[in-house]
Amino acid sequence: MNETGSTEAGEYMQVAIEHTLGDLSLRVSCALSSPWTVVFGPSGAGKTSILRVLGGLIRPVSGRVVLHGRRLLDTASGAWVPPAERAIGFVTQRPTLFPHMDVAANVGFGLSGLSRRSSKERVAQMLKLFHAEHLAKRAPAALSGGEKQRVALARALAPEPRMLLLDEPFTGIDADLKVSLLEQLTAWLAEREVPALYVSHDVAEAFQTAADVIVIDHGQVEAHGPAQQVLATRREQLLRQLGVSH
Amino acid sequence: MDQQAIFLTFRLAALTTLILLAISVPLGYWLAFGKARWKPLVEAAVALPLVLPPTVLGFYLLVLMAPRTAMGRAVSALLGHPLAFSFAGLLVGSVIFSLPFAVQPMTSGFRSVDREILEAAELLSPRRTKILGRVLLPLVRPSLLAAAVLAFTHTVGEFGVVLMIGGNIPGVTRTLSISIYDQVQDFAYAQANHTALLLLSLSFLALLIIYRNRGNASV
Repeated sequence: MNETGSTEAGEYMQVAIEHTLGDLSLRVSCALSSPWTVVFGPSGAGKTSILRVLGGLIRPVSGRVVLHGRRLLDTASGAWVPPAERAIGFVTQRPTLFPHMDVAANVGFGLSGLSRRSSKERVAQMLKLFHAEHLAKRAPAALSGGEKQRVALARALAPEPRMLLLDEPFTGIDADLKVSLLEQLTAWLAEREVPALYVSHDVAEAFQTAADVIVIDHGQVEAHGPAQQVLATRREQLLRQLGVSH
Repeated sequence: MDQQAIFLTFRLAALTTLILLAISVPLGYWLAFGKARWKPLVEAAVALPLVLPPTVLGFYLLVLMAPRTAMGRAVSALLGHPLAFSFAGLLVGSVIFSLPFAVQPMTSGFRSVDREILEAAELLSPRRTKILGRVLLPLVRPSLLAAAVLAFTHTVGEFGVVLMIGGNIPGVTRTLSISIYDQVQDFAYAQANHTALLLLSLSFLALLIIYRNRGNASV
């Protein structure tokens, strides 16, 4: 089966999906071109569900997802690429580390096709990137929330994915650490030209860090474009969604 | 105490347990995560020995293994003798009779694994064997232990199926439970008591192992 799809110049991903999850009717159609796109919306809007579809954890009723010209999903033709073969890293809100493996084993779990030495080096590199080298031999149960998230990030990036999905990965992390992690992460991604899709319901975070913003509500794309443009045109609505009076 | 019966019983239990572990891991995995619509049929078939009278199971296995059936003839050709009234026949009967005691703990164990852990593994590796071996099995170690211990002790205590399929041939099919029956029939109550105490102690030890390790398992 021909796995290739087509994308416009500059776009790295095309998404067109329809799916029903309980009361939520997901209908998303957009193309991504920005290296750092924030998916923003109120709780229950469908942000996480979209990421789960892109990551391959949900198989939608109908849809098509193309990443870097490669068809990951096409219900019309039956094309389906399993999650681990999509070259997409995924960091969830809750850092789900494998509790019976130490940190180094967790980070190295997704590596394949590398020699033992190369795997060890890659794991060490990723732990160093997130200032977690000293945690290598620790069990996940002995880590703080922030440490677990750093390890989860290292684990998601170790296989060198071609895209990164981040579902509010810094929830519960103190502000200074969050800024530091974001800086390191965005620098690493920019160096390797790996685009990221970042879910947030924090207005400041969404509109200050993003190049592009996708606003989601009730499972549908309400707005999509450069952050300042979206903010300017939808400011009142966004503030209302957040329950902010002004 | 009947040394031959002890050796035979533990040999039967050990082999049954090994075979059941090999069956129950993939079958338990499929029952936990598979999506086939006919899964309830398999679950019911696996659970059947729990409710079926052992003598009924033994009877039908005996009929199935009879030399006049195609299966009986094939097995006779392979083994050089009929399955009935042989150790091999006991082994087949024990595996079928103890099947739910191995499969159900494995299925429950797999189902209890945090879905997010499984998803994290699926995002990182496309190889199901790697996920099973490096993530799932370590997490369901208490279930593996329960499956092994229950299969072993259940086999040790079998009576109805063993008597129907194996008869009571010393050194070949006379297990400890048959031995107790014989001793009682012979009014050798002291000997029966010794044998029964051995089985009681083994059963209690098995449960102790399971409950102790269930308390130690934290995921």
